[in-house]
Amino acid sequence: MGLEDLLKKVKDRFDDEAEVAPALRSAAYNKAESEKGVKIPEDLFFKCPRCLTTSYKEDFEKNRKVCANCNYHARLTWRERLNLTADRNSFSEFDANMESQNPIDYPEYADKLQKLRKACDMRDAVITGECTIRGYKAVIGIMDSNFMMASMGSVVGEKITRAFEYATKNKMPVILFTASGGARMQEGIISLMQMAKTSGAIAKFSDAGQLYITVLTDPTTGGVTASFASLGDVIIAEPKVLIGFAGRRVIQDTIKQKLPDEFQSAEFLLENGFVDLICERRRMRSYLARIMRMHNYEKIEEGRVNK
Amino acid sequence: MSRISATERLALIRVKNRPTVNDYIPLIFDGFIEMHGDRHYGDDAAILGGIATFYSMPVTILAQVKGRDVEENKRTNFAMPHPEGYRKALRLAKQAEKFNRPVICLVDTPGAFCGIEAEERGQGEAIARNLMEFMTLKTPVISIVLGEGGSGGALALAVCDELAMLENALYSVISPRGFASILWKDPSREKEAAELMKITSEDLLNFGVCEKIISEPAGGAHNDCQLTADNISEYLFDAIKRLCRTDAETLLKNRYQKFRKIGMFTE
Repeated sequence: MGLEDLLKKVKDRFDDEAEVAPALRSAAYNKAESEKGVKIPEDLFFKCPRCLTTSYKEDFEKNRKVCANCNYHARLTWRERLNLTADRNSFSEFDANMESQNPIDYPEYADKLQKLRKACDMRDAVITGECTIRGYKAVIGIMDSNFMMASMGSVVGEKITRAFEYATKNKMPVILFTASGGARMQEGIISLMQMAKTSGAIAKFSDAGQLYITVLTDPTTGGVTASFASLGDVIIAEPKVLIGFAGRRVIQDTIKQKLPDEFQSAEFLLENGFVDLICERRRMRSYLARIMRMHNYEKIEEGRVNK
Repeated sequence: MSRISATERLALIRVKNRPTVNDYIPLIFDGFIEMHGDRHYGDDAAILGGIATFYSMPVTILAQVKGRDVEENKRTNFAMPHPEGYRKALRLAKQAEKFNRPVICLVDTPGAFCGIEAEERGQGEAIARNLMEFMTLKTPVISIVLGEGGSGGALALAVCDELAMLENALYSVISPRGFASILWKDPSREKEAAELMKITSEDLLNFGVCEKIISEPAGGAHNDCQLTADNISEYLFDAIKRLCRTDAETLLKNRYQKFRKIGMFTE
């Protein structure tokens, strides 16, 4: 069967379902369908990991990588996030050349990092710098889960610490888009210490009276949740994203039962009082700008960073 | 001091009669008074808190409690704290700051508890808050790892001016078993992980994470609890004297730098 035929077949089925039985497009139904072995070409379609609905990749990307069916806010690369957040051409990067060493001589760690640097167009799992957002100057940090699940080792810890120190000195707000599998085990105890180091920098920054906004994105877990991600003056989460301390599997193994789907979702954290608000991607820039304005930061001309 | 492998130490700190905080506290301190509760949710027996005197000086003690038998372990959850345990620790640390007494943290935990309730009550937030608040606590903080220093659950009581470790204690980003299970998908390679991870007191001294190794009697702390307690006392006496002479501003600056300088990178 040719690709066009396949496309038509899939599209026809979608159109039919949309008319006759939208209720059938439940997670269970889709799961059953996918288990029957209907193979979906990955470069043309996006299959939502939450509701398992499939949609055209083009539509999904136009929709800022948000699932049209369930509103799950999918993972972005750092560049996509930056483009959606910062004013055009306003970004200037900090510490662009920083790279990790191998404190416990973990086998093949250097090779792995080298491959990821190429594939992800970054030296380690976080990009930091300054930019304007709707004309408001801010220090920004973006973690990218494509890079070793954005785990925190020496580089992530150091870059985030320096970002806070820079913002303290220059009286600027800090906005961090967090995503992480936790501490980077390959760096041993050094990675654990980054939790204390970043939290210490935030303590000083906070004492200096500046604003720290955390945006929790998919997935924010482990040592990052247990350090800088939970310390924002304002904590925002994207809809449906996974946020937690312990891994789901670890908990399931401990309690020997399956956890409900909404466990450790943004909505679960909101209900339990650990995030201030859930904000959709399309409104994020406007919310960030409004929050900065209400903390008495001044708007400068868009696209300019005065040094 | 003969060189004992990380694997052998892993076995040593799991010896059934390895002394716990409940053995040490009466041997090191006088007149301990336990204080309960985080004032928000409840009391967590995994972290013991209270005040006592040390050479007639009042101190605050925060300690993770490994049980000496099944009953005690049930009560203390095998020293795996819930968020309210960390929040109780922070409350008592703030109390110590107010009344200007040193805080002594005795660390001995496999890690913070992983469970539904712990997540609902914000395990991540509780640990994060402690890391931040302890960094600026205006009174000396000394942490001693007695056995297991497991991950963020240990670090939440180890943001301090000086970290000491008992000779055979281990302190790691994740348990060797967890390390093997996650990175190699094979928990049975625990011993190999323990050797690779650099988690002994000597390793941590080399990394600048730990400032002092407190020696244990031959064969491990359980062979002579009194002697181990005396060694801890001797260290504490020096450390408290040293830190209490330091003014608060210098103390906090040094504490920040202690962690600020840890990281291995090039640029």
